[in-house]
Amino acid sequence: MNNEQYELNCNLAQMLKGGVIMDVTTPEQAKIAEDAGACAVMALERIPADIRAAGGVSRMSDPGMIRGIQEAVTIPVMAKCRIGHIAEARILEAIEIDYIDESEVLSPADDIYHVNKRAFKVPFVCGARDLGEALRRISEGAAMIRTKGEPGTGDVVQAVRHMRKMNQEIRRVVNMAEDELYEAAKQLQVPFELLMYVHKNGKLPVVNFAAGGVATPADAALMMMLGAEGVFVGSGIFKSGDPAKRAAAIVKAVTNYQDYGMLADLSAGLGEAMVGINPSEIKIIMEERGI
Amino acid sequence: MKVALLALQGDFAEHEAVFRALGAETLQLRQKKDLEQHFDALILPGGESTVQGKLLRELEMFEPLKEMIEQGMPVLATCAGVILLARQLLDDPTVHLGTLNAVVRRNAYGRQLGSFFIRGSFAGVRDVPMSFIRAPQIEFCGSGCEVLAEHEGRITAVRQGNQLAMTFHPELCDDHRVAQYFLSEIVGMN
Repeated sequence: MNNEQYELNCNLAQMLKGGVIMDVTTPEQAKIAEDAGACAVMALERIPADIRAAGGVSRMSDPGMIRGIQEAVTIPVMAKCRIGHIAEARILEAIEIDYIDESEVLSPADDIYHVNKRAFKVPFVCGARDLGEALRRISEGAAMIRTKGEPGTGDVVQAVRHMRKMNQEIRRVVNMAEDELYEAAKQLQVPFELLMYVHKNGKLPVVNFAAGGVATPADAALMMMLGAEGVFVGSGIFKSGDPAKRAAAIVKAVTNYQDYGMLADLSAGLGEAMVGINPSEIKIIMEERGI
Repeated sequence: MKVALLALQGDFAEHEAVFRALGAETLQLRQKKDLEQHFDALILPGGESTVQGKLLRELEMFEPLKEMIEQGMPVLATCAGVILLARQLLDDPTVHLGTLNAVVRRNAYGRQLGSFFIRGSFAGVRDVPMSFIRAPQIEFCGSGCEVLAEHEGRITAVRQGNQLAMTFHPELCDDHRVAQYFLSEIVGMN
């Protein structure tokens, strides 16, 4: 991938800002998401909550199923490959996916190396828990970052922790003297040039979304208040009582996250939210995959 | 001089940074009551037109904005913004504001792998950087609509009175000549 292509890939993420990206498993769900105002959909066979419940190895989705979703909607379609699974990533590129999520939600294929995303023409989004992870993924070629959170739990606490930590670290780097950046780059295990960018600009060089555990309009608004540029909602929508209504409410909550009266209206009468589980109750901690 | 940005979804912050750099005050429009404030120009940013069009209607901003544009409010529309302005979309029965006498095809260059960057001429301004991101295409523009830029025989920018619309994203680079053109030629600022 040349620099021009990388720029175009970062640009697509800029167009998604202020929007909600929704997990969908069928063309029908994709249509519901699009009609509800999703700015993109993530096509996958099982949403994270069901991946947890099923256990075992979870892999890239059937390309035939992803194609069905691409045909059903006009908005961008994303799909997940396993961490380090170069072949799955190439398959997704071959079906002209708009964004690949090299995701800890699936079972990692490589316990050391991530995909060299610079070798691809198609853009990648990756999860991160802190500034070091984010900048390592960007140096590998990620054109967009999201918090990892803890997927499939309906519990926003990890996404909050990751967003808070990332922004604390960014503020710390901004306040450093330039000669302190070399040591900071060493400690964070990141390229100096990327750290210099953060120091000068006070933000990541790519768009940063929140993901992992968002289940309500208030959760989505919270992540925007904490500095997210948009929100991924996975299990939270299609594991709830009234997916279309909840999805539309989350979209509006992201746009108007500072209007608390509107948030109150949006949060009313949504039916049952996904049940949710606490991180202490789960066996698989996905956020620790691929750091 | 105050520039208002439709801030429902998309890259309005990038436009905002450009106009601030050019010395304008800015205002974000996120809901109906934001439209009560005074502003001199309106920006329709890039993003997803399906999302923006839906929120425009549900947040009751559609009618007042349409009326403002029809009454001469200077508008700069990029990418999704062009889709919002077009009087007709190909392969899609939806019409949003419909104030621009043009027929537009969504995702005309395919998916993200079809996105591209060129340097081209815009209204006599040469060597303008142009990023096309899952871009639409202006298939046809009718009376009152002047073509300002083309790429490989496809129309990429038009002007119709107070409306300036382009399928690429001048806001994504440090070259601000397109925004300056908008301010001087459409808004009437020096």
